[in-house]
Amino acid sequence: MANISITPGSIARPADAIPKRPNPVWLFIRTQPLGFAGLIVILAYLAAAVGAQWIAPYDPEAIDFTAMLTPPNSEHLLGTDQFGRDVFSRIVYGARTALAVGILSSLFGCTLGAIIGAASGYWGGRIDTMIQRVVDVMLSFPIIVLAMVVVAVLGKRPLLGVDMNLVAAIALPFIPKMTRIARSSTLSIAQMPYIDAARAAGYGDGRIIMRHILPNIVAPYLIMTTAFIAQAILLEASLSFLGLGVTEPTPAWGLMLSGASADFYKSAPWMILFPGLAITLAVFAFNMFGDSLRDWLDPKMRS
Amino acid sequence: MSMLCRFMSVVLGLGVAVGAAHAQAPKAGGTLNFSVVAEPPNYDCHASTTFALVHPVAPHYSTLLKFDTAQYPKVIGDLAKSWDVSADGLTYTFRLHEGVKFHDGSALTSADVKASYDRIINPPAGVVSARQAYYADVAAVETPDPTTVRFKLKAAVAGMFESLASPYNCIYSAAKLKENPRFPEANIMGSGAFRFVEHVKGSTWEGKKFDGYFRKGLPYLDGFKAFFVKSNGVVPGMLGGQFETEFRGRNPAELAQLKQGMADRLVVNEGPWVGSLIVIFNTKRKPFDDVRVRQALSLAIDRWGGSPALSKISILRHVGGIMRPGFEMALPPAELEKLPGYGRDIEASRAQARKLLAEAGVTNLSFKLLNRNVAEPYTPAGIYSIDQWKRVGVTATHEQLETKLYVDNVTSGNFDVAIEFVNDYVDDPTAQFAKFLTKAASPVGYSGHEDKSLDKMYEAQRRLVDPVKRKAFVQDMERYAITQAYNVPLLWFHRIIASNAKVKGWNFTPSHYVGQDLVEVWLDQK
Repeated sequence: MANISITPGSIARPADAIPKRPNPVWLFIRTQPLGFAGLIVILAYLAAAVGAQWIAPYDPEAIDFTAMLTPPNSEHLLGTDQFGRDVFSRIVYGARTALAVGILSSLFGCTLGAIIGAASGYWGGRIDTMIQRVVDVMLSFPIIVLAMVVVAVLGKRPLLGVDMNLVAAIALPFIPKMTRIARSSTLSIAQMPYIDAARAAGYGDGRIIMRHILPNIVAPYLIMTTAFIAQAILLEASLSFLGLGVTEPTPAWGLMLSGASADFYKSAPWMILFPGLAITLAVFAFNMFGDSLRDWLDPKMRS
Repeated sequence: MSMLCRFMSVVLGLGVAVGAAHAQAPKAGGTLNFSVVAEPPNYDCHASTTFALVHPVAPHYSTLLKFDTAQYPKVIGDLAKSWDVSADGLTYTFRLHEGVKFHDGSALTSADVKASYDRIINPPAGVVSARQAYYADVAAVETPDPTTVRFKLKAAVAGMFESLASPYNCIYSAAKLKENPRFPEANIMGSGAFRFVEHVKGSTWEGKKFDGYFRKGLPYLDGFKAFFVKSNGVVPGMLGGQFETEFRGRNPAELAQLKQGMADRLVVNEGPWVGSLIVIFNTKRKPFDDVRVRQALSLAIDRWGGSPALSKISILRHVGGIMRPGFEMALPPAELEKLPGYGRDIEASRAQARKLLAEAGVTNLSFKLLNRNVAEPYTPAGIYSIDQWKRVGVTATHEQLETKLYVDNVTSGNFDVAIEFVNDYVDDPTAQFAKFLTKAASPVGYSGHEDKSLDKMYEAQRRLVDPVKRKAFVQDMERYAITQAYNVPLLWFHRIIASNAKVKGWNFTPSHYVGQDLVEVWLDQK
């Protein structure tokens, strides 16, 4: 038998033959231009939310009856409402409410859903059946109805200016959806040899789920979180519109469309037009970014 | 000319217009369609406190007395054709119209009036009487003969006629009440101008002309149909011709839409409403136990400055004290301006507010403002109050709850400061001061204060039958209540009734509870 000697140098290829790994940010911009545009809009909203006190020209809650129902002009870029409050300032401050509630509820709902889904898929059997039937029940309720019930039952519990019960109400409908997604990912991951190896090594179920399964469902988790932020913003606006979310005079986009605003839709259309656009743009941006993120993180789609 | 004078002119002008309408010969026939923005929980007038019952139910019943809607608050007879009061004011004797029949054909006699008032004054077990306290001084109701009713009082009281003219005091059949004291909760059987046809829950209520009605030639209408709709459905319904009017009241923005859509087919009646919003302070909680803090919060509110603008976007309009501005017992504006929170110079008032807060040792005051989750007029009132308090360095967080949750919190004392309404069918101080008393004297005394002097004054004014003396006393009581500021008036409502021009014979009053028997309403149609 001939001896074959393999040395590192013998299998090394010339340096110029190794393809250069492209900058991931640049790759994202190049391959996902709509997603990048969405990201820019999201960053603009984030900047507005964080720097509202510097960006907004007026106190969003201050009444000025001398300026009531003023059309857009150089002093009030987007006009004023029936109380003479600056619509632009209220939209800028409203970004705080929308993003805080949107991001928190999406993160909360997806994280809890991912843990429950991973546990359900990993253990299977009766636990899986029980969790999935509960999920079936929760999925049978329309999202808005489920959120409305929770808000009505729990009332309000503000923490640092954010109503945590509202966050919980919006997060709740996301939990079963994320549970389903996490479960299906877990079912395939649980068949992997490294899971068997972890079991053979004597690792406990908790460790396997936390260290080996959950890290492998990060991609769907990130995608769903981003997509749910858009839904959460829309849901927050809907609940505020229905009088169940944020309360006047706190600036919130949905609230700006509700109540007496409808009475002025003919004489002061800017009162509903601009908050409506703010909601639409935010939802569009998060959806675009979420879709692009999915495509970008999916190796099949990327190829 | 003051704003109030301008409004009064409008009302008087409209009164002339209505008078002109009356001059037309009424036409018989037709069905009046109107909307009601709430539905009655049951049919019992005695238990009810809502217009949702009065508007569809009042046409089916007679009352002993009623308000003359053309000369409100003058009281006239309904079943009573004449009456007299004994010199000591302890006996009220009423003679009834003869030949009055219930819708089932049975005769209405003094026994039915007695049975109805006994039910109000001493409700049997399981029966709710919402205004029982109004008749606390009635010792007995007697029936010397079938057409005479006599009310014997323990003590002479003011406002007895107004109490007996309550639109809620439907006269029921004594025989039906004997069979079942709760009969009126689920059945309509009165002697009013219209007999009951049907109530389709969540949809409509229908009545047809009662041919046996005791006032000959009346009513003019063949019938009426009430449509239960959401408030935002009233304007589209009127514009689309589904109904001719709504009797509670619309806001200025809705009026603008109706004017644009109906032009000369619309008749508008408007004027001050016997209804207002008040700010109630929970005096069981610090720092609202300190009169300086309460006065400071009242001083911060620019009532005179806010009123003209708020009146363009809501039903909040008139600046007044505890009695309706324009009512004979109300404090005139010049007197009102001397009280905390009513000064015309708002900057001076706010400087005084800051000084009082500093004296009370209260800095960076923040609290929750509890409010109903009802757009009109609660939300604008909340937004405005919060803005005004912010201007003296006070931060209020608006908490708007569903009405039931709101009421639960207010009645259990679980609030800091709340916005509450005062709304009754009559201007009488006995009704208007009920929410300003201690809890011991009034179940709706929500502020939790223990100042018995206001209760004593309240009882004393009830006993003053001399109108001049009573007016002076009530005005002193009003000064005292506003100065102590356990509750403070915010603004009074403005009632706007927009109707299709073909609706005639209905008179505007400051109360949305009175004048809804539809007896003299007619339709000017071909």
